[in-house]
Amino acid sequence: MASQYSREVAHRVFAQEFRDSDLSFKDSNDQYSPQYLLTPTGAKVNRMFIVGTLTEKEDIGTDAEYWRARVVDPTGAFIIYAGQYQPEAARAIAEMEAPAYIAIVGKPSTYQTEDGNVLTSVRPESVHIVDEATRQRWVAETAQRTMERINNLNGNSPDATKAREHYNTEVSVYKQMLVDALKEQTQE
Amino acid sequence: MIKETAKQIEERFGKMDIKIPINEIESRLEKLVNEFKVPAEEAHRSVVNYFLKEYNIPRGDFYTQDGEASTIKVNEITTDGKWVNLTAKVAQLWDNTHESIDQVGLIGDETGTIKFIKWARAELPGLVEGKSYMFKNVVTSSYQGRFEITMNRTSHIEEIQEDIEIGTVDVEFEGAMVDIQAGSGLIKRCTECNRALIKGVCGEHGKVEGTYDLRIKAVIDDGLIVQDALVNREVTEQLTGITLDEAKQMATQELNQEVVLEKMTEKLLGKYYLINGPRLDRYILVETVSPLPPMEAGKVDALLAELEV
Ligand SMILES: [Zn+2]
Repeated sequence: MASQYSREVAHRVFAQEFRDSDLSFKDSNDQYSPQYLLTPTGAKVNRMFIVGTLTEKEDIGTDAEYWRARVVDPTGAFIIYAGQYQPEAARAIAEMEAPAYIAIVGKPSTYQTEDGNVLTSVRPESVHIVDEATRQRWVAETAQRTMERINNLNGNSPDATKAREHYNTEVSVYKQMLVDALKEQTQE
Repeated sequence: MIKETAKQIEERFGKMDIKIPINEIESRLEKLVNEFKVPAEEAHRSVVNYFLKEYNIPRGDFYTQDGEASTIKVNEITTDGKWVNLTAKVAQLWDNTHESIDQVGLIGDETGTIKFIKWARAELPGLVEGKSYMFKNVVTSSYQGRFEITMNRTSHIEEIQEDIEIGTVDVEFEGAMVDIQAGSGLIKRCTECNRALIKGVCGEHGKVEGTYDLRIKAVIDDGLIVQDALVNREVTEQLTGITLDEAKQMATQELNQEVVLEKMTEKLLGKYYLINGPRLDRYILVETVSPLPPMEAGKVDALLAELEV
């Protein structure tokens, strides 16, 4: 049986939903099995595509460069970390000047604080400067994908079921988030 | 999902002049799917059978309402919920992602390829990649805007001797370019066989001089599907604004072939494109590509309208 080429899809998730996510898991115990983050509307994310405004960046490394960047979409901010294991992305961030529209392809990462909070961030595979049209398209597309997930949330797909059970998702909150994100576009 | 299925069932019975209140269909589906965790396909079947009994319709009448399953070509599949017969070759078998699925992959005939799903419950014979079959009584459906066929209990599969030639059709795909893979940019090809050289070596002819070429192996992703795309020299030149001659000059100046790939990546990655061309295996061989403008205001308004109901 020929194996299907199985690159992970780059999911579209807004910052607010990403920040609300705290369920990460693997499908099997195999150490090479990919790590996923399940979001409240049921996106099972191993890779994501983000377009937003780079508003702040800071080299917080001690020995080697380690960049922390803040990337803002209409619903909130993504935190991006790039160090020696993301050399190309780190170099790209180092050369950028905020504010700028940037596109990021990356992996979700979670960190549990001592008081039990889960913080999400993104480890970029690539970071590039883009234009306003790309940013606008991403917002509309991400709204559409999120809407599709909300519409499927009552279905019986394993991801939807898991999301419902874990988050008890308040759909109206995310619908309002989408309305706000899209309204910003119609006002431009 | 449930709403769509309910609508399908309502319409199907409607064709037989039987009007079933849609909320009655929906509530039955919802109960099965949400309360009793019945898979969607099984719930559909069960609800249909319930109403067939209720209205005293023989199963055969219902499933053959539009006459016998018609024998068609792959590119004639344009609606879902149709029972059809196809003569096609198994182009690819994919890794199975769910226990309810026995086999999944692509089948094709001279008019193109289509995804198929063979349910485990259907208890049909195993398909072999590269062999041709007569598929009888399979059902068309659509998933996220693409057509596929499903093979279930009432389907039949027979292997045939004829070797079907799979044709290509132009397909369109739009999404963000999320990766450009190694072996893109300024490359060298073997003068004997045209294979791309890896570090000056042809897989067939060993170390050869080779001739320069441009190409891009891109990954386009719409958030649901990952699509590989091969962009040839002509289209690469047009897309990047870098000609083969300029690329050679750049490489010579910098004493580095990779500089071309870096320039291209910088220009293309993270942006949205519409690509068009024939599908070959997992690739689209890109014949035209255009950057996508901002999303149309109409689409944004439509989304807002959907949210505000
Ligand atoms: Zn050769």
